[in-house]
Formats: sequence, C-alpha cells, structure tokens
Amino acid sequence: MLILTCPYCGVAADETELSPGGEAHLHRAGPGSEDASVEAYLYHRSNPKGVHFERWRHAYGCGKWFHSARDTATNDVFGTYPAQVTETPQNILEAIAQRRPGWERPQ
Amino acid sequence: MQGARQRPPGRRIGKGPGLQRYSVFALARQARRHHLGWQRAWRDAQPKRAYDVVIVGAGGHGLATAYYLGKNHGITNVAILEKGWLGGGNTGRNTTIIRSNYLQDASAALYEKSRSLYETLSQELNYNVMYSPRGVMMLAQTEGEVRGYRRTAHANSLQGVATEFIGPERVKQLCPIIETKGPRYPVLGALWQPRGGTARHDAVAWGYARACSDMGMDIIQRCEVTGISSENGHVTGVETTRGSIATRKLALVTAGHSSVLAEMAGFRLPIESLPLQALVSEPIKPCMDVVVMANTVHGYMSQSDKGEMVIGGGTDGYNAYTQRGSFHHIEETVRALVETFPIISRLKMLRQWGGIVDMTGDRSPILSTTPVGGIFVNCGWGTGGFKAIPGSGWAMADLLARGAPGPIAGPFGLERFREGRMIDESVAAGVAH
Repeated sequence: MLILTCPYCGVAADETELSPGGEAHLHRAGPGSEDASVEAYLYHRSNPKGVHFERWRHAYGCGKWFHSARDTATNDVFGTYPAQVTETPQNILEAIAQRRPGWERPQ
Repeated sequence: MQGARQRPPGRRIGKGPGLQRYSVFALARQARRHHLGWQRAWRDAQPKRAYDVVIVGAGGHGLATAYYLGKNHGITNVAILEKGWLGGGNTGRNTTIIRSNYLQDASAALYEKSRSLYETLSQELNYNVMYSPRGVMMLAQTEGEVRGYRRTAHANSLQGVATEFIGPERVKQLCPIIETKGPRYPVLGALWQPRGGTARHDAVAWGYARACSDMGMDIIQRCEVTGISSENGHVTGVETTRGSIATRKLALVTAGHSSVLAEMAGFRLPIESLPLQALVSEPIKPCMDVVVMANTVHGYMSQSDKGEMVIGGGTDGYNAYTQRGSFHHIEETVRALVETFPIISRLKMLRQWGGIVDMTGDRSPILSTTPVGGIFVNCGWGTGGFKAIPGSGWAMADLLARGAPGPIAGPFGLERFREGRMIDESVAAGVAH
C-alpha cells in the first residue's frame, strides 16, 4: 500500500485515504494560445517510467491538495510538498538526485 | 492479395521442409512417435540489419499487425521486437473477454470486425485459440444503467451487432448463480451479447506468432528498444539491446509503455499508464457458462475451462509501471462479486497479477500516424485490448501498408484530441473488460 505524508497536516496517509489528481506542474494554455499548446495542456502527459510529479488530495483527512514526487516503476516516494508552488522545491529535487543519480527532468 | 499468401500457415509450398500442419492426423502420427517429432511453433530469429517494417512489441496487437501485413498486403520483410517474451505483457495478463457491444459507431465497427475475425481465427491460423462464444452479459444494476444499456442495444442493432436487453428472469436463467434480488444493487436487466465470449489469450499470441514466422518474419525476443533515430522528420531505425536495426516504417505497439517509446521518438501521447489487476480462484466444477460483467459494483467474472473463476476489476487511480497494483482494489472487486455471486464467498483465490494499461481520455484506442514520419502508433486500448487483437492488427496493417488510415482506423487518429472529436466510450468501457 502506497503511503504519503500530507505536508499540511503531517499525517502519513494510506492511499485509501487519498485521491490521486494526475500530473503536477501543468502549465495552462491561456486565451490566445495556439491549438497545439491547448491540446498539449489538455491531453498530452509525460507519463514517465521513473520519477513522476503528481497531485494528490488528502480526501479523507484535512482535504488539502498537495504534490508528491514518486518513482512510477518502483513506487519509491522522494517526498511530498504543498500545492501552492509552480515548481518543485529544491529539497525534493535533491532527494531525487541522491537516489536517482543522473536523472534529468524531461522537457 | 497474392494467392500464395492466402494458404493457411503450416502448408509451405516450395522451399524447405515447411511448418507442420496441426490436424487430427498429425496428432495420431505424433502419438505413434511418442510426440518427439513436433517442431517449434516459431523460429527464434536473430536480428538482421534492416527491415521494411519494424514492429515494437510482440504481444497480440503487434503480432496481429504483422500477420495482416503479410496476409493482406504481402509485406513479409518484417521484424517484431519484444523486450521480454512473446505475449508476456497484457496479452498474457487479461481476463480473455471478447465482446463488441460498444455505443459509438466507430468503436462498434472496430470491435465487431475483431470479434468476427475471432470466429474463424483457429481455422485461419491452424492453431486452436479456443474461441468460445459463450455469451457476455453486462448487468444493469441501477436505473441509469438500464437506460444506458437499452440505448446501447438500440445502437448495436443499427450497427449490425447482435445484442439485446434482457430482463432479470432471463439473467437468472442464463446464469443461475447470480443473486438477482440483492438488497443494494438488485439486477434490473442486462445487455446480452450471445456471440461474445472468451478465447485462450496465450494461444492467440502463439497462433499469430507461428503464422508470422511461417511467412518469414523475424520475431526477436529479449530485444529491448533503447532509442529511435530519425532524419529530417522521418524515422531511420531503432537502437536495441541487440544492435541497431534500420527501417523506414516503425510501428509502436507497446501498450503501457507507449509513452516511453514516444518519448524516445520525441513526441507525447495523450496516454497515462495504470496498473490493472486480475485474479483466479481455485478450480471448481462448472457452475457458470457465460461471462458476467457488473459495472456498477466494479467486477467481472467468467469460468475458465480449467474450472477457475477468472476475476477482474478496476484500475488503480494513479500512474505506475509496477505490474502489480494496490491490494485494496482486489478487495473491492471481490467484495462486489461476493455480493453478486454469494456462491463464491468461500472460494480460495489462487493467483493475482497486474498489467499496465494505457488509458486515453475518451477510453478509445489510438491507431494513428505520428508527428514523426514513418512512425505509427497502436495504443490506448486501456483495459480492453484483448478483444480487439484481430481487428486492431487488421486496421493497423492497413495503416502501415498504405501510410494513411483506412475506414476502420480513420476515426482513431491522434488528431481527434486536437479537434475535440472524441469517441467517448467511458460509459461502455470505463470499467468493465
């Protein structure tokens, strides 16, 4: 069972207590954007085999949205962080670099 | 089509000893020799330096694509690359259900083509795929489902797909072990497709592999693609763990790993990979001769020829490539089925496993050209690819041979996402397979 620690309330929650919310850090294509960027925003996903940033909601707990960094091939969790950010915090990137040397964020 | 290509596999004319043809006489001959004279069903090929077409993924869809390339289009200089073993991915992990009771016309055309090819697949391949048109029923357990399935039944009759909406008495008659008067979700009726059913999933892969090998195609196992090279926007070849292979036409048929291959080729797909689990019980005496899917409560069940109850449920909610899945989904599936089939409450479960399914937003597959010239994708089958293997291969071979989609593959192109022209099967296909 996947266990994530909610960065707001500090509870180590089982996945049954959480709702998955898909890929994190998507940049919305706003008004006037090209069709291709709207398509990419709506549908194209990185869906990596390896390090993945995703959104979760502590649905049966404090109810807050947060982000996690997880390896989709092994379910290793590198850390969780609040959703009120546009980029991944440095401490999470360092945790990933330590355990996955050579990992680079896909463009 | 060329005449020589239409012979059934196992009847090689001309060069070499050819493949043995399976028949009752062959069985009798081999029985006299203590079964020591059987050939391998397919060659363990070594990669050549170049092929006309390279297909990545030797699962059902990849092998069927190769088979119809040879049979319908006469293209046999084909390699099928597989990083693991033949049919070891979702082809060997599904619950073997075959049906075509979809709502949208485009889906009905594709899945009914597939189902109809299954009808004669054993004869065509000279390989028993054990297609068993035992009937598939999808239970309606809410008023919304009753209306939805009635609508599907009407759509199916316009599409020429034989389905009907049946009442709870007929459900009980067809499958007496169902509890139709349960307190929470009584059975209000079902969408019944009498020519749906099951087939032996491994045999489908093996039968196609044997036929492909017989046509001279190379099935190369333990050969993982590590890179895709292109020049001026057109594919030139693939890098593999067994060397470089040049090609001008590349088909990516890798289900859950489609995004990984697309990344190598330099584009993204509207796909997310999720684990889907299945499990089987200990074998019991025959008690159920139809396939039952209960979508409201998330579970489906059939009985295998060995007597095991074959059970499947829903996918996990978050992306993963783990091929195992979360235990609480098994619990939910079993809980739902015990309520629908109280007879199984004391059964022991023997095995559980997971596969990685490639889900699209509209729950319909992708058969398409891609932003890179010469690269084609066949993916997005999600939780229900097994039923579609022959039809998918047929349409994909057409797409590969002509370089543009034919009438079956046409609506399933990648551009449908940009154009907002979805083929919404999330109601018909979101849960049950």
